[in-house]
This record gives sequence, C-alpha cells and structure tokens, in this order.
Amino acid sequence: MVDAVTRQKLFGTPEIHFLNCTKGWKSWAFTLDHKRIGIMYLIGVTIALFLAGIFALVLRSHLFKFDSKMLSDDMYNQMFTLHGAVMVFSFIIPSIPAALGNLVLPMMLGAKDVAFPRLNLASFYLWIIGTGCLLLAILSGRGLDTGWTFYTPYSIDTNTGVIYATFGAFVLGFSSIFTGLNFLVTVNTMRLKGQGWFKLPLFLWSLYATAIIQVLATPVLGITLLMLIAEKTMHIGIFDAKYGGDPVLFQHFFWFYSHPAVYIMILPAMGVISELISVYSQKRIFGYSFIAFSSVAIALLGFLVWGHHMFTSGQSQVVTLIFSAITFTVAIPSAVKVFNWLATLYKGSILLNTPMCYALSFIFLFGIGGLTGLFLGALSTDIHLHDTYFVVAHFHFVMVGGTLTALLGGLFHWWPKFFGRMYNDLLGRVGCFLVFSGFNLTFFPQFVMGSRGMPRRYASYDPEFLPFHQLSTIGAFVLGIGILISFIVLVYAAFKGPRCGSNPFRAASLEWQSSSPPDFHNFVHSPVLNDPYDFDSQVYDDELDTYISREFADPTKVPPRTEPVHH
Amino acid sequence: MNWQIPLMLAQSTDNLEELRKRTAAISLDGTTVPDSALVRDGTSNPFSTEYWFPTQASSFAAEVDFLYMAVFWISLVFFVAIVGVMIYFCIKYRRKGDVIAPQPSPSHNTAIEILWSVLPSILLVWIFYVGAESYFDMRIPREDAEEIHVTAKQFAWIFTYPDGDQTAELHLVRDRPAKLILQSEDVLHSFFVPAFRQKMDVVPGRYTYAYVNPTQSGQYRLSCNEYCGTGHSKMKTMCEVHDTVDDRKNNTKWIKADHQPWENGKRTYQIQCSGCHKVNGEKATGPALNLIWGIDEKLMTGQTVKVDEQYILDSIWEPAKDVVDGFGPVTKMNSFKGILNQNDVNDIIAYLKKLKEESPAQ
Amino acid sequence: MAVADTHEIHDDHHHDHGEFIAHHFDGPEQQFDSGKLGIWLFLVTEILFFGGLFVAYTLYRSNHPEIFEQAHVFLNKYLGGLNTIVLLFSSLTMALGVRAAQLGKNKNCAVYVLITMVCAAVFLGVKAVEYSHKWDMGILVRSAFNLTYTHPAPVTSVGKWLHVSDYLVYISVIPTLLLVGFLVASLMGKLMEKNVFSKFMLGLSIMVGGYFLGVGVGLIFMDVAEGGANESHASIQTADQPLMLHAMTQETREDASHDENHDKTAESHPAADHVDGQAHHEEHAHAGGEAFSAHHPDPEKLSRNVGIFFSIYYCMTGLHAIHIIGGIVVLSWILWRSLLGQWRSDYFGPVDYVGLYWHLVDLIWIYLFPLLYLID
Repeated sequence: MVDAVTRQKLFGTPEIHFLNCTKGWKSWAFTLDHKRIGIMYLIGVTIALFLAGIFALVLRSHLFKFDSKMLSDDMYNQMFTLHGAVMVFSFIIPSIPAALGNLVLPMMLGAKDVAFPRLNLASFYLWIIGTGCLLLAILSGRGLDTGWTFYTPYSIDTNTGVIYATFGAFVLGFSSIFTGLNFLVTVNTMRLKGQGWFKLPLFLWSLYATAIIQVLATPVLGITLLMLIAEKTMHIGIFDAKYGGDPVLFQHFFWFYSHPAVYIMILPAMGVISELISVYSQKRIFGYSFIAFSSVAIALLGFLVWGHHMFTSGQSQVVTLIFSAITFTVAIPSAVKVFNWLATLYKGSILLNTPMCYALSFIFLFGIGGLTGLFLGALSTDIHLHDTYFVVAHFHFVMVGGTLTALLGGLFHWWPKFFGRMYNDLLGRVGCFLVFSGFNLTFFPQFVMGSRGMPRRYASYDPEFLPFHQLSTIGAFVLGIGILISFIVLVYAAFKGPRCGSNPFRAASLEWQSSSPPDFHNFVHSPVLNDPYDFDSQVYDDELDTYISREFADPTKVPPRTEPVHH
Repeated sequence: MNWQIPLMLAQSTDNLEELRKRTAAISLDGTTVPDSALVRDGTSNPFSTEYWFPTQASSFAAEVDFLYMAVFWISLVFFVAIVGVMIYFCIKYRRKGDVIAPQPSPSHNTAIEILWSVLPSILLVWIFYVGAESYFDMRIPREDAEEIHVTAKQFAWIFTYPDGDQTAELHLVRDRPAKLILQSEDVLHSFFVPAFRQKMDVVPGRYTYAYVNPTQSGQYRLSCNEYCGTGHSKMKTMCEVHDTVDDRKNNTKWIKADHQPWENGKRTYQIQCSGCHKVNGEKATGPALNLIWGIDEKLMTGQTVKVDEQYILDSIWEPAKDVVDGFGPVTKMNSFKGILNQNDVNDIIAYLKKLKEESPAQ
Repeated sequence: MAVADTHEIHDDHHHDHGEFIAHHFDGPEQQFDSGKLGIWLFLVTEILFFGGLFVAYTLYRSNHPEIFEQAHVFLNKYLGGLNTIVLLFSSLTMALGVRAAQLGKNKNCAVYVLITMVCAAVFLGVKAVEYSHKWDMGILVRSAFNLTYTHPAPVTSVGKWLHVSDYLVYISVIPTLLLVGFLVASLMGKLMEKNVFSKFMLGLSIMVGGYFLGVGVGLIFMDVAEGGANESHASIQTADQPLMLHAMTQETREDASHDENHDKTAESHPAADHVDGQAHHEEHAHAGGEAFSAHHPDPEKLSRNVGIFFSIYYCMTGLHAIHIIGGIVVLSWILWRSLLGQWRSDYFGPVDYVGLYWHLVDLIWIYLFPLLYLID
C-alpha cells in the first residue's frame, strides 16, 4: 500500500528517465541499457526499411511501363537482389526481435536488463558491420546481382560483390545469434520470482521460440556462407558443378537456415498480435496454452520443411513427397492462433485504435498469406506456381502483411511506454488504412500474374501482364506513403506528443508497471507479479489519469474485482 | 491509362499463321512472346479456372487446375468466415465511450481447440493427397515417351530431337508424350511452360527431366524460371505443339545444302547466339549484331578494331581476347570453340553481312 | 531527488556480492546460471556451425566414396594421432585448471591454464608441418589440386638453412614475431616492476615456444612415419623424401645424386605443372622400378575430384584451427585473471565457461581425426 506521493513518484511522468539520464553520443554508443540498444536497433532497421523500400519502389516504377527502359536488365537484377537482401537480413529478421524485443523483453520479466548486456551491444554493432558490408557491395561499384538467395553456381560465376554481401550476411547472422542467445538465457534465468512459464506474456513465448530458431539455424547459414566465400575465392568444389560439386547441396544448406528464418520473421509478429488483440479487447487471451505451444510447434516444425523450397530443384521425389506432407502440418498451429485471436475478440471491449487496426489488418493479411501457402505446399500446384509472382505475393503477404504490420502495430502499442508521449490516433489510423489498402493493391494482382505464369525476377514481361503490373506499382506507392505517414506520426509523437501516463491502454503485463518513459533501471519499484492477461488487476487512478496495479492504488477508490483471480 | 490495349493485343491474334510469323520475328530477337494459351474466354470472371490459368495444354493441366480451384474455394470459405467473424465482432463488441466492460466469457475451451485443429487437418490431408497424386502424373513419364534433349545456357535454349535436328524453339506433337532431358551448360535454369503447368530446374552437373504430354496444339510461352543472370528475363522462347509428326518435322528439319550460307548463319545465330546478342540494334548481354559488320569497334583497352572475318572468328572462339567497350571488364561469353567450327563461323559472317546490307540505317 | 532516492533502494541489492556481480543480476547464482546456460547455447551454435561441414563430409563420402579412399593416404595418421593426444592432455589440464579455480587456488589455475595453452600451440605447430608438407606436394583444394610428389627447393634463407619448406617458414613468421614481442614485453615488465604483467608475458612466450616445439616434434614424427614407409617402398620414398627432412635423414639417404637431380628438375620448372610431375614419375619408374604404391598412388589414376576431399579437409581442420587460436586468446584472458588472483570459490564462472569451450574444441577434433585420417 502506497500513498499518493509515492504513486506519483512511481507512475507519474519522471523528470529523469532512461532517455535523458545520461547525455552525449557516447552515452548511447557505449550504452549497455537494453532500451537504448533497442532504440538504436529501431533506428537502424528503419533506415534499412527505407533503403530497401526505395529499391522496391524503383523496381515497381520500372515495371509500370511495358518494355520499360528505365533500368537496364543488370540494374534491375541488382535492385531486386539488394531489395531482398537488405529487407531480409537487415530489416525483417532483426526488426521485431532485436528492436521491439530488446525494448520489451527484460521489462516483461521484471528484470533490469538482458542477461548479457555487452553481448547485446555487440549484436547491434555486428548488425551495423553486417549491413555495412551488404551496402559495400553497392559502394564498391560492382553491385550484387545474385538474388538474396545467393544460389550457386551463378553466385560463384558473377563478378559482382558477392563476397562483401555474403560476409555481411554472415556477420548479420552472428548478430542474430547473439540476440537469440541472450533472450533464451534471459527468459530462462531472469524471470521475476514466482513468474512461471505460464505467467509469461505470449510475446515472450514467441520471442523464445524465435530465439531457439536463431540459435539453432543461423550457424548453418554461417558455415554455408563461409563455404560459399571459400568456393568463390579458392574454388573448393563443394558447390560448383565445374569442379565436381553439387549446387543443390547449397540450396539444402541455404534453406535449412532460411526456411526457419521465415519463422524468425513471423513468430515474433504473432506474439505482438496476441498482446494487441487481448489488450484492446480487454479480455484474457483465449486458449493461452494453445497459442504458447503453437509457437514452439511452429519453431520446431520449421526445421523440417526446408525442402519445400526445392520441389522443382531435382531433389528425389520421395523427399519431395515427405517435405510436402510435413509442410502441411505447419498450417495447423498457424490456424490455431488465428482462431484463438478471433475467440479473444468475442464479447470483448474492442477499441479500434491504431495498434488494434494494425492487429486486425494482420489477421486479414496473414490469413491470405497463410492460405495461399496451401497452394504452394501442395505438390502439383507448386510445380506450376514455384518461382512465379504467386510465390512473391505469398511471401510478401506473410513478411510484409504479417511482420511489418505487426511491427507497426507493436510500435504504436509500446510507443507511449518508451517515450511517455501519445501519438495522434486519427493520423495513425489513416496511415494504417493506407498501408493496408496499398499493400493489397500491390500484391493481390501478383497472385493473378503468378498463376498465369509470370516468372519472378523478370525485368520485362509479356503484354498481357501490363494492367496487373500497373495496379501493383500504384499500390506500392500507396503503401510507401502509408509507411511514411506512420513514421512521421510516431516520430512527431516521440518529441511533441502530449504526455501520457504509465499505462494508458490498461495493459497488464509487467512492463506497464514502470513509469513512461521507464527509469534507467526499468522499475523504480520492484514490479508486482500479476497475470499478464488479468486486466482487472489494473485500476484507473484519476490523479495520474492512467491505470495502475490494484496493489498500488488508493484502497478507498479501488472497485471490486469483476472476475476471480486465475491461478 | 492504356490497360485495355494489351488485352486487345492478345486477343487479336486469332490467326495462328500470323502469330507464328510474329513469333519468329519477335521471340528470338525481341522480348515479347505472344502466347496462344492466354487467348481464353471467361477471363473476366475471377472465380473461374479461365481467369487464373492459361489454356490447359497438357494431360495433367486439368488435374493441377482442379486442385488449385479446390484449394481456392476452401481458402475462400475460410477467409470469408475468418474476416467476416472478425468484422462482426469488431462492430458488435466495439468499445462505446470510455467504459471498459468486457462481458464475461470463457478464456479456454479444450473441446473447441481440438475441433478447430482437427477439422482443418482433414482438409489438409486431402489437399496433400490430391497434390501428391497429380504430382506423380506430372513426374512419371509414359513408357513410349520420346526423348528430347534440352540444353539451357545463358540465355538461350537448344532443343535436340531424337533424329538429331536442333532448334531454338521447342516443337512437340499433340498426344505424343515427351520426356525432356534437361542439362545446363553453365548455371541453374528452370524449364517452365505455363500452359503445360510443368516446371523443372536445369542443374549443372546432373541431368533432370520434365515430362509432358501435350493435348492441344498451339504456341505456348516457354521461359527460364530460375534466376540465371543478366539476361534471365530474355531467356524465353516458344513451345509449339503440332498436330502431326510431319508438321513437326517440317519445322525442325534443316538441310544446309538447301539454303544460302546467310540463312544457315541466321539459323546458327538463332540457336547459339540470340540469347545474348540482338539484331534489332538493342544492347543486351552482348552487343547488337545487325550493324556490326565492317565498323571500327571500340574495345575495353581503348583500342579500336575493325570488325572483319578474323575479328568475328576470334570473338567466337576466344571471347576474352577483344572485349568491346561497355561489356567488360570480364566478358560474360564462353568460348564456342568446339561448338561452332570454321564453316559455321563463315555462315554467321555471311549473315552479318546480309544484316548490314538490309539495314535501313545504312 | 525522487529518482535518485529510488536508485539507492536498488543498489543495495548487490553490495555484498563483491565486485564481479553485474548490476542487473540478483546474485552470484543467477549470474553463474546465466553464464553457464549462455555458454552451453553458444556451444550448440558451434556444433551446428561445424555441423554444416560434417553434413557436406557425409554427403560426399556416401556419394563419392572413391575420393575418400584415394585421398586419405596423403594424410599422416601419426601426426594426427600426436595432435589427438596433445589435445586430450590439454583437456585434462583444463579440467584441473577449472578445479583449481573452484578451490580458489589461483596459482595452480594459472599453471594448468598455461599448460593448456602450450598444448594448443603444440597442436598448431604440428598442423603447420602438415599443411606446409601438403602445400609443397601440390595437395590443395579442388581447383588448385595438382599432386606432384616433388618438393620445390626452399628459396628463403631460413628454409635453406634448416632444410624446411618455405611455407613452414612463412607460417612461422607470425609466431616468431610474437615470441620476440612477448619476451621483450616480459623483460620490460620486469624492469618496470610490473610483476603480473611480466609473468603474463612470460607465460605467453612459453606458449609460443610450444608452437616451435610442435613444429620440431612434427618434423621428427613425419620423418619416423615416412622412414617406416621407406622400408617397403624404398625407391619412391628416397626420391620423394620431403626436403624439410634433409637434415635429419641424411644418413638414410641411399642415392644422393638422384636426389640432386630431382631438385634441379624441380627448380628448372618452378611452375611444377602436370607435365613436370609426369616426367618425374617416368624418371623414378625408370630408376627405381615400382614407382607408385598404395601410399603414393599415380596422380594420373586419381579421381579428378579427389581435391574435394582436401577442400573438405582444409575447411574442417582450418575452421578447427581458427577455434584453437580463439581458444588461446580466451585462455590468455583466463591466465591474466588467474595471475591477478581473481578466482574465488563463489566466483570462477569464466574459467568454467572457457573450459567448456575448450572441451568442445577438443571434442570436435576427436571426431575430425578418425573421419579424416583413419579412413579404411
């Protein structure tokens, strides 16, 4: 029980917090604070997003005109390669885990930091070095034209900066491993006393599952890229058919990482959505344990399905059959999550603010992305659709419609927590609407083109595809504008938005028990353990104009519980 | 916005003969390959097979389309249900004013969880089964299938028939199954004919195969579907399905003695060179060839060299020797020594001279 | 002010746990458990990192067993065995070092860690002998593989003086510089009365000395191994005696003039290409009857992909050697802290973690050795 003065001290807007407790560039560059590292990561991935987004817009502009001469074939190939490589390695993979995860994960555990703060900072600097190496491929003047998959033997034959780029991806891999390792250890050893596994927010379950993949799959990518570098410099003959090697082996190695990597990209997004849906419905998440275990199931099954990228590669037919069968099993846990989210909405108190709009967009877009996966998991249809625009549309629906949408939703959700200021919700929703509609306009026509036989990575196309390409290009610009508006809304809010209390959305997970912005040590007072989905544990405090835990509230004003406490 | 123009383009080519002429003129030298598979009725109804797919020109195309449409409808039902329920809940249970009052409702129900895990699983098993069944129809060639060798290289296809004829387009015969034995000279490629729904990677260092039993005559687009470098998007050609074996033979046979040297040279050019060199003046992976004869070509080294017989022979046999300015520093061309002999080169030279003569730019 | 007060509430959490507990941990157990779990996860990533190479090995061995049959004879199992013993011994000393740290016996810990480091350096010395011997013979990765059996005469003065391969001389430049540097640093430390620093640098010099010990022992082992084979394949062995062994095998040499001839040919064709090698073999065949044997197969009859075995060999052993070097670096850090006397019975985590890493590096070699050296 605390008095009003202490309440103000704990939950009021602090004068000194993690953003301003120390000043100067060194206090950021050498910080070990997970929140500052998270923000630096956020800035980094945003730059990567804009860079790769510009590449995408250049591509789409080129394709707007039939038989376009805007880019040469070579330039086009370099553009889509850099778009893919930067988006995948520098943006999507670190986006939610490293940026949002770093900000939120220790606080959700009531911890002061991650287990290895120095490793955490190292991970960020490796990200910078890795991204720098990727971009060095451009700066070296030779570009990169292999596609983000670096398939051999073309990647061995080409004169472009494959070595820079693969080394960059190698370093980024270690950045990702360090983050994953840190998160695994942190969740295992640094939970608040009494915080059992089933008292963890689902975002942590998904980050944990993601971290398992990061730790187990990324090293294989690392060694593969090293072998590719050795192949390119010394021609060791492992992947190059000219020297008796096997190019398909490279594909196996590559997808052994890169398929699980798809789940590195989508699992954290699903975790974010679980949080948002439940907070903005003010309802306990439906089927907690099913959602939790479905994350782990997806992570583990994700290791067994890499061969579905290779149905037409010449791998044996029996292997192909097995991979197809296992692929379908991944659909179940994904579907379970969607159904549980819908059930959470049922009889909730649904607030359609910006983060919730993003969460609902996620269900819509991920629904399409997931369902179109069925076409690609089935063998005979995949033979036709493999490496066409259908695939391009499918994975963009999952990666952009899923991950990017969830990232934006998560940012709008946690932004007030980390900056202590509220954004303009109307503009936020406008941005969300533009992102949603622009995205659909961009990628839905690509399904049609794909099943009609438009191959991906083509700098030119047959005339009958023109209308679809034009729709797609218009959509891409709408999407770009939507992201830009969201960006402006968030940045403006961080500096000029109205002050908000410690818990404006009545969320119950532990991070909301800190002040906004949080203290350097995260919590001024050790947080009180409570169920992350027991929203009734948070009560409104009119002096602070925000929600606080019952334990801290003025006992004379606390309303009675509406639901019994769960155990 | 000229969205309608391309559709008209595709539909105005009813006349197959005319289409063939255009194809011959465009597909080997330019970028567009009109595809008779796309001239379809009902393309305005997005719930029809015709909307999503080109013509069904192979024995298994209908199976693929059936599964696709089946999954399409399953997905549509699920999607409409999910989004419908979502929107309904969002309207019905939206928060009114500042009052947060979720109605009491269960947060867990094992029975329903199991139900919605198991029910979709049954559908998934069915999809997998149908997919696998038609996959084997696509992969297992009929015993009597003729064997056609397909060589893919940056950025062209060469098709070799059982009787030794070679062409740059694929010629098949209706209802005569073919096993296409795929090999690559350099990097990964992929054989893809949308009208057949058939696709297979071409992997250097090993043989792969694709099987097809064409059921409908016509001309279909054949493209490389695995990224293979600069000219990937130009690595397209035509697959023509003929009604009879004789028709096919008329299109594939080539007796050198019956033709002028420049015609032989043109054919050699089409099979061996057209993947990288255009004759419409456009720069591709390599320089355009239509105006090249007799000019002084500027090289990487800054020197100029006159394009004469010796230069052409050197360029074909030892491409690394005189790399033209703007195409280096390392040439992307492989040596054709052993593939083209001196007589072939002579024919090509005759063709280059002919091109120069016929060029309006003279 | 308000915030400052509350910080103090925080700080008293860990005042009594000493200087080595990071601020964000609740206590030494949590810190130790975190570190332990962290290092185990790191080892998992290491295993998967090597796993890629093991998978490549398995695939090529099952698809192309002939390459492995033909190639393994070029690996010297005595040298490999020597290295195995050295590493196993180093694991023992590492374990003893951890135990010493646990008991807070910093001096013992330092000694054990130093022995471990010396073993690591011996391992690298032996590896340098193996590598340079192969490079001399043209046993390189697939594209550069060009087996000649000839050994180009050394051109560096050190090479000539010691009758060792130039490659070995080049490899040894860095250890030599390090040795000199460490010794000088140790002396300087002594003069400036920085005793711990001086001891530390002396330790590092001893470690680098281990490298040269490894080179010496490696050369002797190579001699013994080749000498043993000599008895059964006298003619070709004499001709192909590795030049680095000149000094040691002078007495056993039967036909010195033949060898002279051999050297001259090698010098006159520095490119040592295929034709050159062939000429030699004809010459040997002429001079000594049976030229090729199971241990010295005719290069012409080898699979053209036999170099892939050595690609895999160099990738695996090279990556392992990098891990050994990494191990030496972290062991140095442990040595330094042991000399500072920082280990206590409630704080010895880093020694434990580095120990685990070292055991893994050892363990990987235990797999590499039979997979590469003991085929058949």
